[in-house]
Order: sequence, then C-alpha cells, then structure tokens
Amino acid sequence: MEHLIELRDVYKIYQMGSEAVHALDGVSLTVDPGEFVAIVGQSGSGKSTAMNIIGCLDVPTSGTYRLGGVDVSTMDDDRQAEIRNRMLGFVFQQYNLIPKLTVQENVELPLLYAGLPSEERHARAREALERVGLAEKHRNLPSQLSGGQQQRVSIARALAGRPSVILADEPTGALDSRTGREVLGFLEKLNAEGDTVILITHDNAIARRAKRIVRLQDGRIIYDGGAGDPRAVVQPGEAGEEEQA
Amino acid sequence: MNVTQAFKLAIKSLRTSKMRAFLTMLGIIIGVAAVIVIISLGNGLTGMVEQQVEKVGITQIYAYTWGMGDGTGKNVTPEEMYDLVEAHPEAFSGITPWVSGGTGVRQGNSSFEKSKIFGVSEAMYRPETGTTLDGDTLSKGRYLQYVDVAQRKNVCVIGAYLEREAFQGDALGKTLKLGGVPYTVVGVIQQKSDTMAEGGSDDTVYIPYGNAMQMSGSRFVSLYQITAVSRDTVAEAKAILLDFFQTVFPGEDAYYNAYYVETMLDQVNMINTMMGVAMAVLVAIAAISLLVGGIGIMNIMLVSVTERTREIGIRKSLGAKRRDIRRQFLIEAGTTSAIGGLVGILLGCLVAMGIGSLMGGMLVEQLGAGSAGITFNATPTLSAILISFGVSVGIGMLFGYLPANKAAKLNPIDALRYE
Repeated sequence: MEHLIELRDVYKIYQMGSEAVHALDGVSLTVDPGEFVAIVGQSGSGKSTAMNIIGCLDVPTSGTYRLGGVDVSTMDDDRQAEIRNRMLGFVFQQYNLIPKLTVQENVELPLLYAGLPSEERHARAREALERVGLAEKHRNLPSQLSGGQQQRVSIARALAGRPSVILADEPTGALDSRTGREVLGFLEKLNAEGDTVILITHDNAIARRAKRIVRLQDGRIIYDGGAGDPRAVVQPGEAGEEEQA
Repeated sequence: MNVTQAFKLAIKSLRTSKMRAFLTMLGIIIGVAAVIVIISLGNGLTGMVEQQVEKVGITQIYAYTWGMGDGTGKNVTPEEMYDLVEAHPEAFSGITPWVSGGTGVRQGNSSFEKSKIFGVSEAMYRPETGTTLDGDTLSKGRYLQYVDVAQRKNVCVIGAYLEREAFQGDALGKTLKLGGVPYTVVGVIQQKSDTMAEGGSDDTVYIPYGNAMQMSGSRFVSLYQITAVSRDTVAEAKAILLDFFQTVFPGEDAYYNAYYVETMLDQVNMINTMMGVAMAVLVAIAAISLLVGGIGIMNIMLVSVTERTREIGIRKSLGAKRRDIRRQFLIEAGTTSAIGGLVGILLGCLVAMGIGSLMGGMLVEQLGAGSAGITFNATPTLSAILISFGVSVGIGMLFGYLPANKAAKLNPIDALRYE
C-alpha cells in the first residue's frame, strides 16, 4: 500500500564552519492517511528540520521523501511551492496571519496561489471559517481577534486548500493553556473527521493527545509507537524536562 | 495570483503608509512635472513660431540674383523666371519680382521724399488668405491685379501713412505722382506700425514691377519672392531654382555671389532644430530627477522587502512561487511610480499653464502689432503625456526589479523565522 508520507533514510547535514551537523541522521518514517502523529523532541533534536522537510520547505541532503507517492526530495523552489499549495496545510506557532489582510483574505491566500476563481475562493474560505466557528469574523483584521481565534483562522487557512496533510508546528506555543486545549481539540476533531494531522511539539503533555508519537533525539527516531506507551514520553536524559512539565 | 489582485494589494500597501508612499513618489512627481513643463513651454514657443510663419507664409522662397560680378552683367530676366515657375506648376504657385523704385512721392503741392516705392506683381497678394506675401492686409480697395502688371498700368497701392498724410484718410481713386507720372490709388494697406513714421513701414507705395524697373532704369530684378504650392513642395521648388541658377551661373563660387536662394521653411526648420536641441538638453536634465526618483523607489522597496520578510515567508509557505512574489513587488513599485507619474503630469500641466499665461503675454507683447491673432499655448502633447506616464511606470518596474527579485529568492524557512 502507498503511504501518504514516506521518508526513507533521510539525512540533513548542515556545514557549520568546519563541522558537519547532522540535523537528521538517517530518519525513516511513514504516515498513512487519517493518522494523528506527534513528532516530539527537545530543541536540537531535529524535529524542526523534520517538519521543514515534511512540509516541503526544505530538501534532504540525502535519502528520499515521497509525499502522496511523488518524490519531492529533489524538487526546486517553485515545484515545492506547488506541492505545499496542493498537499499541505500549515498551522504555525505565531499564527502567521498577514496583518493587513482581513480574516477572509488570509484564508483565501492558498486558494489565490492555486489560481481558483474568486467565487470558489470565497465559498471555500467561508466553508473553512465555518468549520472553525469564525464565519462571522470574516471581515475583521487578525489584530481584532484573540490569540485563540487567530490560531483558528490559521487552521481555517490550512483547511481551505483541502490539503492531504495538516502540519501544525507548536500550534499551542503562543496560547494560554485553556485556548491551547481548545486548539488541540480542534485538531483532534479534524482528525476525527478524516484529516491527517502531524503535530510538532516539544511538550509531552500535548504530544499525548496524538494517537501516535514519534520521538526524535539527536536527529534519530528513538521511539515510534502508540501514545499510551510510557517510553513515548519518558526517555533517559529527558527527566529534567519531564519534571519541568 | 493574477495582476488585478497584485494591483489591489499594492494600493492597499500604499494606503497603509501614505506619507512614505508620497515621499517615495516625490522624485518621480518632480521629474515628470519638470519634463511636462519643459515640453509644454517648448511646444508653446514652436507653436508661436509656426503661427508667425503661417502669417507670412511657410511656402515663401526668396531668390536673389545679383548677376555675375565678372563685368558681363549677365543675369536672369523676369520672363525667364516666369517661364521657370510656369513650367513647374506642381512646385510653384506664384512669383513676384521685388524691385526697388527708389523714394519720393508728390501729391498736389506736397512732397513725401522718404516714401519707398516697390515694384511687385499681382502674385504678391494671396486672395485665399486675404494677405500679401508679407502678411499685410488691405484696409481699403484692392491689390494690384494681373492686368495692371501685364499692361504696366499706372496704379498703386499705398501704405496707411501716405493715405493719412497725403489724402487725409481718403485716397481711393485719387492720384499720386511718382517721378512725375500720375498713379491712381486702388488700394490701401492696413496700418502696420504703432507709430506711423515718415519713411517707416507704413510710408510705402506698391506699383507694377515693370513700371518700377522703368523708373529705376534697371534691366534686371535682383529679388524674387516666390511661393511654393505647399509646405511639402518647398524643397522641390528650391531644388528647381538652384538647378536653374546653376545653369545660368556655372561658376563654383556663384552661389552667394551671383545668386542665393533661401526659404522660410529652412529658417523655421533651423529655429525648430535649435529649440529641439535646447529642449532635449533641458528634458535630459529633468530626466536626472526621474533617475533619482527611481533610486528612491528602489531604496524604499528594499526596506519594504526587509520589513515584510515574514509576510513573504508566509506567502511562500502557502504556495506562492518566485514569480508570484516578484510580480507582487514589481506591481507595487510600478503602481507607486505610476501614481507619481500621474500626479507629476497633472502638476506639470498646471505649472505649464501658469508659466505659459505669464510668459505668453510677455512674448506676444514683445512681438508688437504684427502679433495680432498669435497665441502662446503651453500645452503638452498627448504623446509627451503618454511617454512620461510610460517612462515613470517603466522606472518603477526597472528599479523595483532588484528588490522584487530579492524578495522572490528568499528562503521560506528563513523568512518565516524572521522577526
């Protein structure tokens, strides 16, 4: 069976002066449609690099990445942009809404770059806003909304393009714990409705909300399995973080 | 993303910082306005020259024949000149000899020693414009006619000074004595100078040229005033005249010595060329400020790209390609300078109108009484407006390209991380 996401032996090596840093050190990972996966790890574990590669924002130094059966690991800038537009929906920690555009215009952006006619853009943006419960705010500017609402707008924007994968990078990082839970609830709901969700976080408590956890450390996968397994969250050398959390 | 959306976005972006947008445009506004003002004033001057020439006649050709200075006294006769002109009806529409008949007129017991007598033909008068070849109009009576000239009738047309002084303002049908011979006054020329002085441009008598030659005892005419059929045939007419004179006066140094041909069109063209050069120099100087304006736009666009790095990252992450980002910034730069261009054109037209009405009044005044009907219109040509607009948009795009390309090439990861 064709996997939705298939990373095979992926390396990402940065040259820092004379030293070669292995941000990803031979990662192999598959994700199937409808999964809810949390990629978790400390800062420096390689999770951001993994997210960039899965999100087609970057290409691996070696290894292959197939997204929806297509090898995207050697694509140029513009082809990657096209794949991002068609297949991926991003939810960022800082919401990343464009402040001078209205909520509606922000949600329409990926559709604009997809070249859809305006009626269809309006309809789909409205539909996505309804799904996150913010249809009545479509004329507002992002600055007129609360943090949680802004994050819901960014989820709507990710949904509007009808992507194969929703990629959420620390989506609760800028929110208080109550709104953070709300946003996570949204992601769970989307997954329950059939969307594939990949959540990138450093926070074990948040990662536990996913069905499957992939734990990265020093650029390698050290755990890949169900969220209920204690090894998913407690790892040697991470005790400090656990205590903090 | 299509052009309309990029354009709307550009307007939105300009409106969020109006002061900055205005200052960015200022260079373009000043540059375009300066170009428009210069072109408008240049057009006004050219138009004035054209009008002046139109009064005198752009088709005028003056042929001087002084004869060979070798003692043979060889020269062309009026008959030869008439034959030449008649042989080329496609090029020439008329010819009048211009003979000085000396000075001095008597009327009754009064004597007018300084009155100038000129011998001309009926071709001196252009019925279609109602003026003479020199641009004078008649206030009374008629001009010399073919029969007057052919039969050497003793008739004359006199200037306004003579009519007033010799006839107390009622000259038609009365007689003057020129060299003792009575001439009947058939027409009076409209007053030309403000101060009708004795011996001035209003103290003149025009008679058939044959009579004038007889009076002065000369066999030859040294000046012909010739008209070409139209502006387009002036060059051809001049060539025919030169050909003819060359066969009559074959010497190498004959031109300027034995004969000379000058056309009104040559003179106008010379004036226009000189004004064209002067205008080109001024426009070039003004264009420097357009260049400076362009650099200003580039500078602001570079700042704008840096400020909006994160926005660019967001757009790229959502699927914007390089060309989408490049187009967005190019259109923004183009829109900025296009608006600047439009404001500049408007400002330029207003300033040109202001300066034009001031300067025009002064210029027309200086031309004096001969300027009746001449106006100074400092208006830009449509092509000047269109070109200024095109150039300002072009400058925006040209100087916007570097920043736009910089934006397009931003790495989305770095751009997203930019604070």
